[in-house]
Amino acid sequence: MTDLNLAAIGLDVLFKGKNLARLIGGLGVALKISLLAVAISIPSGILLGVLMTWENKVVRFFLRVYLEFIRIMPQLVLLFIVFFGSTKILKLHVSGELASIIVFSLWGTAEMADLVRGALASIPKHQYESAAALGLTKTQTFFHVILPQTVRRLLPISINLVTRMIKTTSLVLMIGVIEVLKVAQQIIEANRAKSPNAAFGLYLVIFILYFLACWPISMLAKYLEKKWKV
Amino acid sequence: MNWAFIAKYLPMYEKAAWLTVKTGTAGIVLSVIIGIICAAILYYRVPILRRLVSIYVEISRNTPLLVQLFFIYYGIPKVTGIKTDAFTCGIVGLAFLGGSYMCETFRSGIEAIEPIQEESAKALGLNKLQIMRYVLLPQALSISFPGFVANVIFLMKETSVFSAISLMDLMFTAKDLIGVFYKTKESLFLLVVFYLIILLPISLLGSFIERRLRHD
Repeated sequence: MTDLNLAAIGLDVLFKGKNLARLIGGLGVALKISLLAVAISIPSGILLGVLMTWENKVVRFFLRVYLEFIRIMPQLVLLFIVFFGSTKILKLHVSGELASIIVFSLWGTAEMADLVRGALASIPKHQYESAAALGLTKTQTFFHVILPQTVRRLLPISINLVTRMIKTTSLVLMIGVIEVLKVAQQIIEANRAKSPNAAFGLYLVIFILYFLACWPISMLAKYLEKKWKV
Repeated sequence: MNWAFIAKYLPMYEKAAWLTVKTGTAGIVLSVIIGIICAAILYYRVPILRRLVSIYVEISRNTPLLVQLFFIYYGIPKVTGIKTDAFTCGIVGLAFLGGSYMCETFRSGIEAIEPIQEESAKALGLNKLQIMRYVLLPQALSISFPGFVANVIFLMKETSVFSAISLMDLMFTAKDLIGVFYKTKESLFLLVVFYLIILLPISLLGSFIERRLRHD
């Protein structure tokens, strides 16, 4: 009875052999790429974001061009540029996984830098002035007054960046990385005759897996945002 | 750079760009409609529907468009037998994703309006519909404008994944040309140029209007 129902919605293949483990392993590949990219993006984004507040016009101009270009191009275009372009133009062989890590780090850095710039700019001027009036040095002002406030504004939105990163890494399928969607395609292909409805069940499972990966992180960001509301 | 190649395939990109703009615009218009309806349901705290909207927003915002599209395009027809073409499917997928983003933007716009506005409008004898139309909506729209533009750009960019369900958009064309002719440089160059032509004006117009709204 249950077997019949599972087959109707194509879920029977999920429990055949190691299919479920393979799917989760595929999601693991996407998650690994996103976490690596996040680990690179956050420190470099903070650095660039602080640099953006500098007065130096030349530095600001080049940073702006970099940030705007990366942020306006679809991430898939950036993936194509690095993946196909590196082979043709630089005569280097870059694997799909490496290309994804490069692209998502560049993109994450640009997004993070923008968040940091925004958070720093949102600190009212009187905070600096009051700190100066109290006799705090510049370093003291930064570490005791500006930094704590910036972190509170920054943390929830940078946690959101993590979920955006996880969602965006689903694109690596398009440059041939074997991740969760690719694994599903292989399973569907292999079971085409015996389980024609596998596409429904497997894509539903992937849908749920992605939701389970992103939703708790989104909730955490929402919670922190509410808790630290200024 | 092989300019003859670029000149030869320019029309092909142009056609693909129109498809990107068409699917993107249709998806965005639907997103705005869904977003306004959902934001209104949340604002008026409509019982039951409010729960459904919250669930929809969480599901849509926490899953990638590519996975949503695969499920709609390859998964759903298996069980329901209803087959949709890639064009419709892309628009539906984009609207499903965009609706929740627009809803969140509009909702936070309405919530940012101080209660005194609504109270004063009530005191002046305006009814619920009039308050929405003349008091809340105009203010909410100008507050949520920056978020709205960001959503439009985001959704336009997201159309790039439509190539995964074989829609002949810009990405599909570029990949095709790279595969067939191995003219990587030229294909990527055209790809970037066409996306800039589509996205840059939206971005510039957005920041221009945003500045105007702020000075008012």
